[in-house]
Amino acid sequence: MLRNTISLTLASLALISCETRSDVEIANEENILIIGNSNEPKGLDPHLVSGVLESKIIRALFEGLCVDDPMKNSSSLPGAATHWESSDDFTEWTFHLNPEAKWSDGVPVTAHDFAFSYRRLLSPDPNWPAKYAEMLYFLDNGEAYHRNQFGKILCKNDPTFPLEWDILKEANFTGDQKLNLGNLAKKTFAELEESDLKKLQPYLKEGETLNLAKLSAENVDFKSLSDPEKRIYFNSIGIDKLSKDQLTYLKSQPDLIAWTEGVPAEIRQLVLDRIIAHHEAGKPNLWEQAQVGVNAADDFTLKLKLRGPIPFLTEITKHYTWYPVPKHIVLKHGEINTAFSSPWTRPGNLVSNGPFKLKTWRTNHLIEVEKNPHYWDHDTVSLSGIRYLPIQNYYTETRMFGDDQLHVTYSVPSELIPMAQEKYPEQFRQEDYVGVRFLRVNIKNTPFDNPKVRRAFALAIDQEAICNKILQGGQKPASGIVPPFGDYVPPGLIYFDPEKAKALLAESGYESTSSFPEIDLLTSNTDSGLREAESLQAMWQKHLGIKVRIVQREWTTYLQKQYDKDYDICVGGWIGDYLDPTTFLEMWVTDGGNNNTNWGSDEFETLLKKAENTADVPTRMGILSQAERIILEDTPVLPIYWYTTNYLIRSEVKNWNPLLLNNQPYKFVKIEKP
Amino acid sequence: MLKVILSRLLQTIVVVFLLLTFTFFAVRQIPGNPFATEKATSPEEQAALEAYYGLDKPLFIQYVNYLGNIAQGDFGDSLAMKGRKVSTLISEAFPVSLKLGLISLCLGMGIGIPLGIIAALYHNRWQDYSAMIIAMAGICIVAFVLGPLFQLLIARPLSLLNVAGWNRGSDLLLPSITLCFGVAAYLARLTRGGMLDVLSQDYIRTARAKGVPTLQIITRHALRPALMPAVTFLGPAFASIITGSFVVENIFLVPGMGQHFVLGITSKDYNLVLGLVLFYGILMGIANLLSDIALIFMDPKLRS
Repeated sequence: MLRNTISLTLASLALISCETRSDVEIANEENILIIGNSNEPKGLDPHLVSGVLESKIIRALFEGLCVDDPMKNSSSLPGAATHWESSDDFTEWTFHLNPEAKWSDGVPVTAHDFAFSYRRLLSPDPNWPAKYAEMLYFLDNGEAYHRNQFGKILCKNDPTFPLEWDILKEANFTGDQKLNLGNLAKKTFAELEESDLKKLQPYLKEGETLNLAKLSAENVDFKSLSDPEKRIYFNSIGIDKLSKDQLTYLKSQPDLIAWTEGVPAEIRQLVLDRIIAHHEAGKPNLWEQAQVGVNAADDFTLKLKLRGPIPFLTEITKHYTWYPVPKHIVLKHGEINTAFSSPWTRPGNLVSNGPFKLKTWRTNHLIEVEKNPHYWDHDTVSLSGIRYLPIQNYYTETRMFGDDQLHVTYSVPSELIPMAQEKYPEQFRQEDYVGVRFLRVNIKNTPFDNPKVRRAFALAIDQEAICNKILQGGQKPASGIVPPFGDYVPPGLIYFDPEKAKALLAESGYESTSSFPEIDLLTSNTDSGLREAESLQAMWQKHLGIKVRIVQREWTTYLQKQYDKDYDICVGGWIGDYLDPTTFLEMWVTDGGNNNTNWGSDEFETLLKKAENTADVPTRMGILSQAERIILEDTPVLPIYWYTTNYLIRSEVKNWNPLLLNNQPYKFVKIEKP
Repeated sequence: MLKVILSRLLQTIVVVFLLLTFTFFAVRQIPGNPFATEKATSPEEQAALEAYYGLDKPLFIQYVNYLGNIAQGDFGDSLAMKGRKVSTLISEAFPVSLKLGLISLCLGMGIGIPLGIIAALYHNRWQDYSAMIIAMAGICIVAFVLGPLFQLLIARPLSLLNVAGWNRGSDLLLPSITLCFGVAAYLARLTRGGMLDVLSQDYIRTARAKGVPTLQIITRHALRPALMPAVTFLGPAFASIITGSFVVENIFLVPGMGQHFVLGITSKDYNLVLGLVLFYGILMGIANLLSDIALIFMDPKLRS
């Protein structure tokens, strides 16, 4: 009995370990690429994800109008579209789709799929949790449709409407962002400062006072408010967001909201009537009325109308938010905007139009894609598949690379870089990557309400030391928030200058460093986060004599504290979505979802608007550079360094070239047989 | 016998219920937002997500709803891995952890129990000391040291073994050895203690005096009572080892349950955490019951 067991065990051991070739050797024979992908993806719906690791899988599965050039940045090759042309001012584009392009189930990819996809991503339903809908705001009226801007949708696009939109648009449709009632209500009316009064002033008449606490309460009973209070309340919300009851009430007293001089009384009634009628009709979908700039002229012609001139549109169409989703499959498994409960992305259901299709998806284990036989350019695709391994532990990943289990790693952590450089000189790669590491500053909190203090903190960061001594991954000191690429000339206002920092601090009005309020530096609870925070702490202590306190919070709390603006100064980063400075600048508009600093500047926003309407590339870049100058001079963000990627790649993998966005077009990647 | 089992079952149900209730309210006290991502979540989106997952209702109502769903066998949706059901995640990961756990438990018993017996037989001699040093080391050297050591010292030089992964049959080997060390160490200490206790009993001395061979004394007379403490330990050890270990799974890239436990907490995936706690509680109850039954079989005194 015992002998039997032993021999059985030995036999089975021999059986399981008869494979002596490494994973990579087997994969090379099968022509399959094995990639470390750092974690389990949150999902594979191109409209719902927002992470980098998800995008790496999605870009193998789906294909946009254009694809990345494997050899150079800012260059587009034909994808789902064979060719395209634009009007001279870059506001109207026509994409001619490839009639050969097919979904992985053989159904042709048509312009209707694209129109459907853009309509889907822009769904105005609050239950549609798309993170990246604003990527489609480049489309004319895209924002109006997505954000339910009823006034614009119902009045602007109707040719029978008796007043020009240009006059009407000055009315308060979207709400006055400056009237943040929650913040104002922290004081009584008598205690308000001049800056607060200035915000309220346009809506108040001589001698009127308010009860602010009443306004900020949840479920305000608007009928119980006094007239000036109603005015403030309605104006803080804006016509578009008012409820049916509020609009009906407003009809009797239209003066309670700000209209422009040129809007006659009957037009005011007409606008309100239209929106009320829309509410009464049960808020039907306004896609037709919104006239979003997407038009499937025929099966293979897609016409796009943009909100302004965008010469770099082809760059944007390479972002996964612009990829098509299969209309016939999405609708088979749910409504157009069924989010998480739709199983259309599960293996077996998912149909894609890219070079690969989904084969296997096992949680925390493996995602495998295989060559899509229906792909229009399948002759170019060399790989027969890609395996994505969710390796969270970078040490394990590096060891697996050394044991011939991986072709490409996701990352090499900074402490392993010297080892990797020495041990794998041929395989180690260090490349520029458009991303920036910075500190957000909460400019509402003392002492950072003082721009001189902010700038002093920025100039006291020894960026060089952080890059060379701590990170050691080739990162470069950041002179601004837009990393260098293309034709953009950065204003370059941030550098390390301890003397100047000290001088600025002396000018700031603080008598001595001991009179400084206590400052917390918020960071995440990782080892690298702590190391970075400690070095910043030491630099400010050394150069400014100010000791900040490090507060580490685990990831979701760290994020939440930023959104709640519950911090003094906080480490953060941003990775570009496409190769244009706006991807780094637009986040800093007043109350932008990723701004989180309380900072805002009308001048900055005017410049961004101006750039939006400028077609000439050098002029446009100049305007954007001016905009960056404004934000750097006021310093609500302290740039630290520009990102690089560090990874290991086996030498038999070919056509894998340095790209600034690190979006490898997998269809060109080859495994060279020895 | 039946009475014991029934009362045990009843206790298990009460304990699991209390555990679930406590966890339900405790996880909500963890700061952080399950829907926070690097890209900002708008207030409307946050509200819509909370409504979708029923988090907008008062906590007590949520609790009642949750119990109702559980009663119908619905563990709910994962909040972090949206679109996936908690039950799917558990049913994908549990077979992996079960396989790994059973193998390492067997290994642990195979190493730990003989080591404990040897230590007891050679009490206070070098065999005892070396066995106990090994056991102590097994308790002290944690998996995140042991795992990488095995990867570097065994897997790298041996082309037959992969450093990490879960594709080949041989991928079981290193994680299960890493996992078994802790079990083996505890079992060795418990067996040694039990054995020493039994060996000093009068009836063993009588057997020796009668000239019964040592091997027979141990297998016939001593082993069964000496293993009682070890068996008591095995129940909970079994439940915890087959529900996975975060560290081992993270190091060896094993798609088991352990990472769900840890990542469920850090990502505030309330449904996942509750589902796992419920699952673990029930397993623990069953394992304890089994070890109780085993004890009853081993000890006639308990049968009455």
